[in-house]
Amino acid sequence: MNKILELAHLKKYYTTQKAVDDVSFSIEKGSIFGLLGPNGAGKTTLLRMITGIFYPDSGHIQFDGKTFDPLNDIIKIGYMPEERGLYKKMKIGDQALYLARLKGLSKQEAMEKIKFWFKRLEMESWWNKKIEDLSKGMSQKLQFVITVLHEPKLIILDEPFSGLDPVNANLIKDEIYGLAQRGSTVIFSTHRMEQVEEICDHIVLVNLGRKILDGTVNDVKQQFKENKFHIRLSEVPSNLSNTSFKLVDQKANELTVKIENGFKSNDVLQYFIQSGMTIESFHEILPSLNDIFINLVEGTKATTRAFQKETH
Amino acid sequence: MNKTFLIIQREYITRVKNKRFVLTTLLMPLLIVGFIAATTYMSIKGKDEHKIAMIDENGFFKGNIKDTKQLTFEFPTDVDTSNYLKKGYTDIILIPRFKAGDKMTYLIRSRKRISITTESAISERINNAIEDNMLQGAGINKAELDSIHVQSQFAELKAVEENEGGAKESNAALSYGIGFGSGMLIYITMFIYGAMVMRGVMEEKTNRIAEVMVSSVKPFQLMTGKIVGIGAVGLTQFLMWVVLIVGLTTAAQAFVPHDVMEQVKNLQQANGQLPGGGMMKAGEAAQQIYKVQHTISTANWPVIIGCFIFYFLGGYLFYAALFAAVGSVVNEDPQDAQSLMLPITMPIIFSFIIMSNAVQDPSTPMAVWASIIPFSSPMVMMARIAYGIPGTVPYWQLALSMVSLIGGFLLTTWMSAKIYRTGILLYGKKISWKEMGKWAFRRN
Repeated sequence: MNKILELAHLKKYYTTQKAVDDVSFSIEKGSIFGLLGPNGAGKTTLLRMITGIFYPDSGHIQFDGKTFDPLNDIIKIGYMPEERGLYKKMKIGDQALYLARLKGLSKQEAMEKIKFWFKRLEMESWWNKKIEDLSKGMSQKLQFVITVLHEPKLIILDEPFSGLDPVNANLIKDEIYGLAQRGSTVIFSTHRMEQVEEICDHIVLVNLGRKILDGTVNDVKQQFKENKFHIRLSEVPSNLSNTSFKLVDQKANELTVKIENGFKSNDVLQYFIQSGMTIESFHEILPSLNDIFINLVEGTKATTRAFQKETH
Repeated sequence: MNKTFLIIQREYITRVKNKRFVLTTLLMPLLIVGFIAATTYMSIKGKDEHKIAMIDENGFFKGNIKDTKQLTFEFPTDVDTSNYLKKGYTDIILIPRFKAGDKMTYLIRSRKRISITTESAISERINNAIEDNMLQGAGINKAELDSIHVQSQFAELKAVEENEGGAKESNAALSYGIGFGSGMLIYITMFIYGAMVMRGVMEEKTNRIAEVMVSSVKPFQLMTGKIVGIGAVGLTQFLMWVVLIVGLTTAAQAFVPHDVMEQVKNLQQANGQLPGGGMMKAGEAAQQIYKVQHTISTANWPVIIGCFIFYFLGGYLFYAALFAAVGSVVNEDPQDAQSLMLPITMPIIFSFIIMSNAVQDPSTPMAVWASIIPFSSPMVMMARIAYGIPGTVPYWQLALSMVSLIGGFLLTTWMSAKIYRTGILLYGKKISWKEMGKWAFRRN
């Protein structure tokens, strides 16, 4: 069994809309999984079902090979909600200790781990500060530490980088890699595509409560590629024309070409070689997730998800 | 370590360490003692004095009507309604000529409106004077009458109630004081600590802490941890108040010399007859203190304190669970909290009203039933217990009341837990009592 989580036909309807409408996917152990979608797509509802906060209206959740039991499995999950929740008046050290012990760590164990993480993320001087004195980014870091402190099997991060400066964002990113390497599975929910592209192995895109894309980052890109190639030549060509490709864009000696149906990249290369031009670089242009995302989501409106008015 | 215990610990420590808690705990007893002292002082010194001009056409009030501390009756000849104020009188009483046995209406005119107590004091004096006049008319001479008056002042009521171990001195005023005081305290604590539970739950919900918390603990643990933690805060505050109040009163007593107290004690035990004029030495204040001490010692304190702690905790647990349920469904808007709290605060206020009646008349059917039903039993039963067990409250009533209170709070906790579990994570939606009811009775 190497799936940590399997969702089958999950549904959650609110009175006015279908928040999650028949979504199924599974997540490999030790992977970094991206749950993507525009605002209001149903990501948070989906996560709350995975964390046992909501019960699905219908569907099945399998956690680590067994039917998900929210009350007992919850301890193996670290969840960082999008809206950060901490006691405003409590000291940071006390707060971290309290939450760590609620996760089942002993006092010594919790202290050790907190010290380790505080040192690692340069938060040692914060111990006696109160949450209300922290900036948004600082409380973000604290919340991250609290989420991963007990090294849960499944870590769910909802928009973990919002409010973080690039330095801290990188710090957290490295930690996410490290956790995955040590065997944790990370679910990463965001609508910031550039981060997903960098970090995630596998993605699922939801929109209007439905799953519209599911695969590894590479598969998805391959699926949506437009057969465009970038070519740099040593000199500016005077005249280019071949049945194998169409010139899309040209900036001096840098060309962007689209390979016509029925041809391969080698056909294009052959043409340039035979024309006696020196090729300095040749590579495929894959669409960015951002482009794919915009492409798929654009034009759909959130209202289409609403129930149709019943006609009698 | 048990997670519920961790939650209890946090709820308790963050509140007890709070400066506001320390301040209220220290200042409240001072405030209470100060309040009692102030009201006592006001009731002694605060009364306004009346110098009353009597215009009596019958002529027998002069010499028969007695002055009091507040009331001075004078019989000037040159005063009437037009000039009594100028002559230095505050009021004037006009008594028409009347025959003994006839109904008589007399008139009082005053500079300002007179209070009820003053009015009844004046009418008592007038009626006494008329009575004396009639007694004299019946042949009792004035010297005899005066001696009767003086002697009748010595009578003092000492009530004794039947008890299993023999008759025992009882004191209605003390029972009233204890009953009302403990009922009042339970009333106040239900509001203070109930609201504290509600605010705590609201804080966790609006700051989205609940969302993080339920990924470590069960909602039920979170709720019970909060309720028990805050209950422990209440109990702590309470015990500290008791210690401080007892300490302050003992300190106050220390100002009265020990031998004076001993003397008063002997005096009281000898029914006011002490050889060698000891009565003169013991000051009036010392006698008062002895009397108060003696009266207080007639109450059955161990039973009262035991029952108080039980009903204090039972009542708190009963209502705190309901307050937690309300807190869990409230969104950011405090107005919602107000309207949702109403069905909880109504029975509390209602119980208070029943309690203030029960404390005067502890055996009416209303008082008996209200002291058994868990909604009102904490306050009403305390009011009745002060009158004695098993005299006023039979053992079966006390047992039934205690069992139903325990059952009651188990029931409210069970229902609230279901509402809480759903409510604490539901945002943005306004919840009605109807929906909460649905959650409470939903299976699983």
